[in-house]
Amino acid sequence: MTKTSKNPLLAFFSSVQLALFLLFLMAGTSIIGTIIPQNAPPGRYLEQYGAKMARFMELLNLTDMYNSRWFLLLLLLFALNLIVCSLERIPQVIKIIKRDNLDTSADRLEKMGLRARVTLPGGAQEGEAHIRKVFQQQGWKPQQRQQKDGTLFFAEKGAWTRFGVYIVHLSILIVLLGALIGSSTVAKKLLRDPSFAFKGSVMIPESRQSEVIYAFKSGTPIELGFGVRCDYFTIEYYPNGMPKTYLSKVTVVEDGAEVLSTDIKVNSPLTYKGITFYQSSYQPYQDYVVTLQKGAAELQTSSIIPHSQQQQWSEAGITYGIINRENRGEVTRRVKVWLSDGQGEPSIFWVNLGQEALVERPSGSYTFQAKQLYATGLQVTKDPGVWLVYGGCILMLIGLYVAFFMSHRKLFAMLRSDGSSATILFAGSANKNKVGFEKKFEDLAGTNR
Amino acid sequence: MDSSQLFGITMIAYLLSSAFYLALFIFRNSTPGFIGMLLAAAGLLIQTVGIGLRWYESYQIGIGHAPLTNMYESLVFFSWCTALFYLAMELKYKTRVIGAFVMPFAFIALAYASFSDRINDQISPLIPALQSNWLIAHVVTCFIGYGAFAVAGSLGMIYLLKKSAGDKPAQEGLFSSLPELKIIDDLTHKTIIFGFMWLSAGIITGAIWANEAWGTYWSWDPKETWSIITWFVYALTLHARFTRGWSGTRIAWLAIIGFVAVFFTYFGVNFLLSGLHSYGSS
Repeated sequence: MTKTSKNPLLAFFSSVQLALFLLFLMAGTSIIGTIIPQNAPPGRYLEQYGAKMARFMELLNLTDMYNSRWFLLLLLLFALNLIVCSLERIPQVIKIIKRDNLDTSADRLEKMGLRARVTLPGGAQEGEAHIRKVFQQQGWKPQQRQQKDGTLFFAEKGAWTRFGVYIVHLSILIVLLGALIGSSTVAKKLLRDPSFAFKGSVMIPESRQSEVIYAFKSGTPIELGFGVRCDYFTIEYYPNGMPKTYLSKVTVVEDGAEVLSTDIKVNSPLTYKGITFYQSSYQPYQDYVVTLQKGAAELQTSSIIPHSQQQQWSEAGITYGIINRENRGEVTRRVKVWLSDGQGEPSIFWVNLGQEALVERPSGSYTFQAKQLYATGLQVTKDPGVWLVYGGCILMLIGLYVAFFMSHRKLFAMLRSDGSSATILFAGSANKNKVGFEKKFEDLAGTNR
Repeated sequence: MDSSQLFGITMIAYLLSSAFYLALFIFRNSTPGFIGMLLAAAGLLIQTVGIGLRWYESYQIGIGHAPLTNMYESLVFFSWCTALFYLAMELKYKTRVIGAFVMPFAFIALAYASFSDRINDQISPLIPALQSNWLIAHVVTCFIGYGAFAVAGSLGMIYLLKKSAGDKPAQEGLFSSLPELKIIDDLTHKTIIFGFMWLSAGIITGAIWANEAWGTYWSWDPKETWSIITWFVYALTLHARFTRGWSGTRIAWLAIIGFVAVFFTYFGVNFLLSGLHSYGSS
């Protein structure tokens, strides 16, 4: 180790104590945000904690702590610590890896944890043949060098695994970088381009189209560059009344042309041009999409109508309307329909939404179908950093595996011969999983037979 | 025979297994230890069949899904992971007496699942948010981690017990049946490493799933936050050991603190805090 005085700032950022302290601090402070509700309306804090406490919490940004400057500063310090710490240690690792192991003296071998001595009849050639056989049995390729008191054979495996922990460190930095690139705050304030990365939402009524979405929190409209039309929205239920599926059928419209139509469900979003649309909410309206058909599709009409309002279908000479409905909350279950063709008594009947009703009239038979008008609530996200985050995550798992379960193993054999017999001293070391290597070593050196 | 009956039998097997392991610990007689191991293995086998049967039952009633979707099912799975991890460890490291401190966890989880009023054991259909292939990957990775951390926490406790007894020769008899401090310490470390891998994988699969379902891979929801707190605690433990040479008592305490964090991530968040993961609370 060189004793040159280091830059104190560098020394501070390269210390493991700082890493331990930051991990402790991040773990400790993170708890706060799980106890104090985050991003609730200000009135709620006032009510729950009193004016003084609410003021204090606002001062420390505890109501949105994970986006607060002090928490982001912690993350920044953590990232700096990771970088400096790793950069300082990697040269040492390279030095260890590049060490000239053939320079190891017999005395050093004698001090290694794993040793075995074998004596064979015959000369140096027999001894070398034995050593080569032992190494090659397990696929180790030995190098050799003549030393003053014998010939040293050496082979190693997994030297690169010493970098495992730095792979993990790098992966964390990649994840943080990905998060930075995908951050809407960075896009807005640093890049001054809110459409680079954003999170927002939009409510689109059935049959309508939207070219903009609205950013979370600020509500700023963001242009999509194309339109999204909601063709249809429905909720399916299980027999016990629990919701089974929220489904939107949507069409992407670009330059006046329909580009694609698809279904969006929870867990099955639509991604188009880097922008992803998630099913996140819905809004039932007290209007109905009514489809009327005469006979076997001779005539057909479809229109959105409010309730308690008389409608004309002049083509077929029909007057109709929804005169009553049965709601559960805002969701309508069935409607009462009034329908007349001007001949005889009008037909009045209940029909469940989504089901067809067949109406026999003097002027012919009609099929009536109604569904409630919904708006689908889509969350809309553009996150150009997500693939970096995913890549970082995969790298982290690989790095953890390498760091914890793979080791740098070395195997030495010192051959000495006096013409009539050869003495071989096997020695080995591993930087991790020493027990596992011990078994292998015993197999190799033949002391296990 | 339905799955809940099988879980009932498993619960009794785990209770008896705990008792026999305890007898091994107290009387240092190897026969009860062997019986304890057999009971644990039999319980694990029956529980495995039970989980498979519950999966099958869900298809029978037409809402087929993996039995990993509510608190009841997760407790059953937690108990299964803990027992499985423990038995694998016993097989590999021949440390039978540790069962006295681990099998009670497997038993308590099952007993709580079966007897608590706030836990519903009905098979219910999946709400849209849970209808994803990530469900199995996420829950399995997390719970293997939880199971390992439960064992690590027990090992930490055993270490502290043994250590405190070391100072008092009068009690030496009781704790002398425990493995040597060095071995307990080494096992704690290995178990934490194993759990840390799986916790990382659990957080990652959860993040990917969240991005598929909610459009954001990280939203600092209490469950997510507590999982990262747990991750920080174990990351700290590993760094303290690797770079500062911490071992023994301090690591034992960290193993226990880590398990408290796991426990809070798993239970505390569901019962005490509100958030996106609320479906886990019934």
